[in-house]
Amino acid sequence: MTDDWIDIGSLDAIPRRGARCVSTPEGKIAVFRTHQDQVFALENRCPHKQGPLSEGIVHGASVTCPLHNWVFDLATGEAMGADEGRVRTYGVRVQDGRILMALQQAMVAAQ
Amino acid sequence: MSEKLVIVGNGMAPGRMLEHLFEAAPGRFEVTIFNAEPRVNYNRLMLSPVLSGEKTYEEIITHDDAWYADNGVTLHKASPVTLIDRAAKRVVSSNGIVADYDRLVIATGSSPFIPPVPGHQLDGVITYRDLDDVDKMLAAGSGCKVVVIGGGLLGLEAAAGLKMRGMDVTVLHLGPTLMERQLDPAAGYLLERAFADRGVTVITRANTQRVLGEERVTGVELSDGTVIDCSMVVMAVGIRPSTGLAKAAGLAVNRGIVVDDQMRTDDPSVFALGECAEHRGVCYGLVAPLYEMAQVLAQTLVAAPAAYAGSVTSTKLKVTGIDLFSAGDFGEAEDREEIVLRDASAGIYKRLVLKDDRIIGAVLYGETSDGPWYFDLLRRGVDTREMRDTLIFGQAYQGGTPLDPMAAVAALPDEAEICGCNGVCKGKITDAITGKGLTGLDGVRAHTKASASCGSCTHLVEQLLHLTLGDSYNPAAVQPMCACTDYGHDDVRRLIIAKGLKSIPAVMQELEWKTSCGCAKCRPALNYYLVADWPGEYEDDGQSRFINERVHANIQKDGTYSVVPRMWGGMTSPKELRAIADVADKFAIPAVKVTGGQRIDLLGVRKEDLPGVWADLNAAGMVSGAAYAKGLRTVKTCVGSDWCRFGTQDSTGLGIRLEKFMWGAWTPAKVKLAVSGCPRNCAEATCKDIGVICVDSGYDIHFAGAAGLDIKGTELLCHADSEDEALEIIVALTQLYREQGRYLERIYKWAKRVGTPSILANVVTDHAKRRHYFDRFVFSQRFAQVDPWEERVNGKDAHEFAAMAELAVPMAAE
Ligand code: SRM
Ligand SMILES: Cc1cc2nc3c(=O)[nH]c(=O)nc-3n(C[C@H](O)[C@H](O)[C@H](O)COP(=O)(O)OP(=O)(O)OC[C@H]3O[C@@H](n4cnc5c(N)ncnc54)[C@H](O)[C@@H]3O)c2cc1C
Ligand code: SF4
Ligand code: FES
Repeated sequence: MTDDWIDIGSLDAIPRRGARCVSTPEGKIAVFRTHQDQVFALENRCPHKQGPLSEGIVHGASVTCPLHNWVFDLATGEAMGADEGRVRTYGVRVQDGRILMALQQAMVAAQ
Repeated sequence: MSEKLVIVGNGMAPGRMLEHLFEAAPGRFEVTIFNAEPRVNYNRLMLSPVLSGEKTYEEIITHDDAWYADNGVTLHKASPVTLIDRAAKRVVSSNGIVADYDRLVIATGSSPFIPPVPGHQLDGVITYRDLDDVDKMLAAGSGCKVVVIGGGLLGLEAAAGLKMRGMDVTVLHLGPTLMERQLDPAAGYLLERAFADRGVTVITRANTQRVLGEERVTGVELSDGTVIDCSMVVMAVGIRPSTGLAKAAGLAVNRGIVVDDQMRTDDPSVFALGECAEHRGVCYGLVAPLYEMAQVLAQTLVAAPAAYAGSVTSTKLKVTGIDLFSAGDFGEAEDREEIVLRDASAGIYKRLVLKDDRIIGAVLYGETSDGPWYFDLLRRGVDTREMRDTLIFGQAYQGGTPLDPMAAVAALPDEAEICGCNGVCKGKITDAITGKGLTGLDGVRAHTKASASCGSCTHLVEQLLHLTLGDSYNPAAVQPMCACTDYGHDDVRRLIIAKGLKSIPAVMQELEWKTSCGCAKCRPALNYYLVADWPGEYEDDGQSRFINERVHANIQKDGTYSVVPRMWGGMTSPKELRAIADVADKFAIPAVKVTGGQRIDLLGVRKEDLPGVWADLNAAGMVSGAAYAKGLRTVKTCVGSDWCRFGTQDSTGLGIRLEKFMWGAWTPAKVKLAVSGCPRNCAEATCKDIGVICVDSGYDIHFAGAAGLDIKGTELLCHADSEDEALEIIVALTQLYREQGRYLERIYKWAKRVGTPSILANVVTDHAKRRHYFDRFVFSQRFAQVDPWEERVNGKDAHEFAAMAELAVPMAAE
């Protein structure tokens, strides 16, 4: 399955406790980098009112949506606290300072 | 056509009545109120804490000006009504205002009774009824010698308050012991001793013969010849319903204005409400019955059936540290029994008066937690034979349950009244705590009004919070910043300076943060505190800023941004307007709008276009308007002396000068200024964080206004003679706020918390201090006045504005 992993850029391209986007023909995927250099990828659309999650404040392994402050667990995409909702997540990993994303794999899994 | 409702008197009773009325039938009445006092409706019960300095007048306001405006009520302040013309259905005030009515409510309250002893009209003889009286008492200043005549609740509260203000207080009481109608001699003695411990002299059996003095009071002479020197006399011997106006209008009046169960007088279109009313032969002097009347009257006015059946009252002495509760009837008679409990060492005294095995009166001194329980038994007329032996020990001892301070409250039935003033029962409070997820006293007050009037049931409400929430309720604790720490904002700010903490990780490490890297609440706050406290040393952490402040534009609901360039003082030029028009065309910006802040907003800019838009605006000389910032926003101005026929000073010039001086400064919450050229105030300066009203003699500096979530007119801070002085004061004020404000706390909230006197002392009266704050602001500006747009046009944070990769691969299908 290794050939399903796509190189999307270097880890350093994303600030710690920050995120950047990957554009695809169907929309944006937000790639987050935590304080401890963990990397997560989520669809860049809040299930509440489509807020761009990549613009939120990243804390621990979660992000707070910039529009109305819902908080999401980056690992599961699940809304935390009292809110309910889930964001699609994508497989990502870091290898030799590069970020690899399992786009095809996600697509296959979903079908 | 709405009916015309006119109210004479703006006290506690009609205030409450209007709340019920607006809830039941908003817009049905066109309401006009005449008030003899020059102010809005406030919580009269709380005058004693204002007198003692434990509260400020602002804190006891019930309805502020905005409330009247919101509800379309016309309030004539300082306009006592002098005539009711029932034939013409109109009232006339002493200052000539005439109002026609369809319905009239007389709510004139009571007047203090002044015994007609010689000298009672001398200067320095004061009563205790309204805020003006409090101000007069306070004007006497600490060290002043005061005699309070009357040892009832009111007199004792006045004495305790004046003592706390450092005055030398003597209470003269006619009876043999204090409050002899409620307390037996032993309990009266306990109370007297408590006052003696506070340094208040109490003289009982003191029959005032005359007040001494030529023009001003110099002393009081008693019938036994004793003379007590003093320069102020507070009369607190009793009150009389204010009925003069009703009497003159020919309405039926006994002791009070006679009303039926619907609060109607003998004229069907005229009602009486509150202390001035007499219902079934009784005039009340406490607020709880008046609130019941208020509810009945509101219903009557909207033609809903309601009847007032009279009230039993209970009361507490509101002197910090003295617990005294009394309810019902204490007169002695053949058919009555008494149960008394005394614990001399603990200073506790309890007395119950029973008739036919039912409680008809209760006095508790020193330990009052069973008060509501006794009052509940009293009101329901419960037969107490079964518990006769243990009744006096309180509820916790009934049915063999062990003694636990909380047990009494826990055992109260849901219908038991907790807040007497507002008639709120236990069930309503616990329901609100669970139903609305309340965690503290403020929430309970906001949702139920319990403990929001005299506050003496506060500890009961706290016990209910405790019972309902368990250990998670911790009243003494400061509100922590967020779940990541137990420290409150003030502690964190203090420790940042004290420990010299200069980065977010340092704060989190030293102050033992519970999370690895904070949350969306604490990080922006910490970032601000560090920016404000260590100018030039701390490196701003963009990742701890809300998106708007990170990319210097406001995020919109669709993820695009808005761009607002500064227009200094609201002035612009053809060149700027052309550049804005060009940029809108070039980047196909869908909307261009004039904002409420006297400048222009470009809405719907794509994020990746932001640097391009800014580059063009920069080229035309424009910088970021910081419309996104917890920082200086707009400085609105009017045309002032440059153009306006009324302008007294160059308001536009001063506004521009302020904006150019202060732009770029980060503040705890946004800061908006305005400068108006004359009191007509076209720049709306009196609802801004800081506002200047130019006058002939210079500049009136106002502050602490609000016109967003809350509406509040500004307070006058001071007057400045010159533009330079005005600027220095405004800058110093802003710096004080920068150093003391909690993150997201607007100036008006900060000012309320720290109090105007401390602000005056730091930036107005003491010039050296003002200069100190001014200089610190100026220093900090050296690092803050950098246009963030220009920085980004030059490449800073470039990662923010471009995707990290473009993939042709489709995303997974939904
Ligand atoms: C653009 C503007 C409305 C307009 O089209 O006129 C506006 C737009 C927004 N206001 Fe405002 N306010 C605007 C003038 C005002 C005014 C009027 C004034 O300044 O004279 C007020 C009342 C005055 C005051 O602040 O007390 C005002 C009180 C608020 C509040 C309530 C603040 C409060 O503490 O009570 C918020 C919410 C907040 O800040 O938390 C808010 C928040 C917002 C936000 C930032 C909402 C948000 O968080 O996204 C809006 C951003 C839209 C955008 O991207 O431009 N806006 N807002 C005005 C911009 C003025 C400017 O030139 O900078
Ligand atoms: C210091 C103090 C402490 C108190 N503590 C307690 C307490 O702990 N518990 C409790 O239950 N009660 C307490 N009270 C009593 C309580 O405040 C009153 O029962 C209540 O305020 C009466 O409300 P009201 O609306 O009838 O009259 P008020 O609140 O007195 O209002 C009457 C208003 O009408 C105005 N007015 C009078 N004549 C005219 C006219 N002709 N035209 C226009 N306006 C006029 C007056 O200026 C006044 O503002 C206290 C009172 C004082 C003074
Ligand atoms: S009032 Fe202000 S915050 Fe509300 S919608 Fe309008 S611009 Fe937005
Ligand atoms: S859109 Fe994310 S919280 Fe509302």
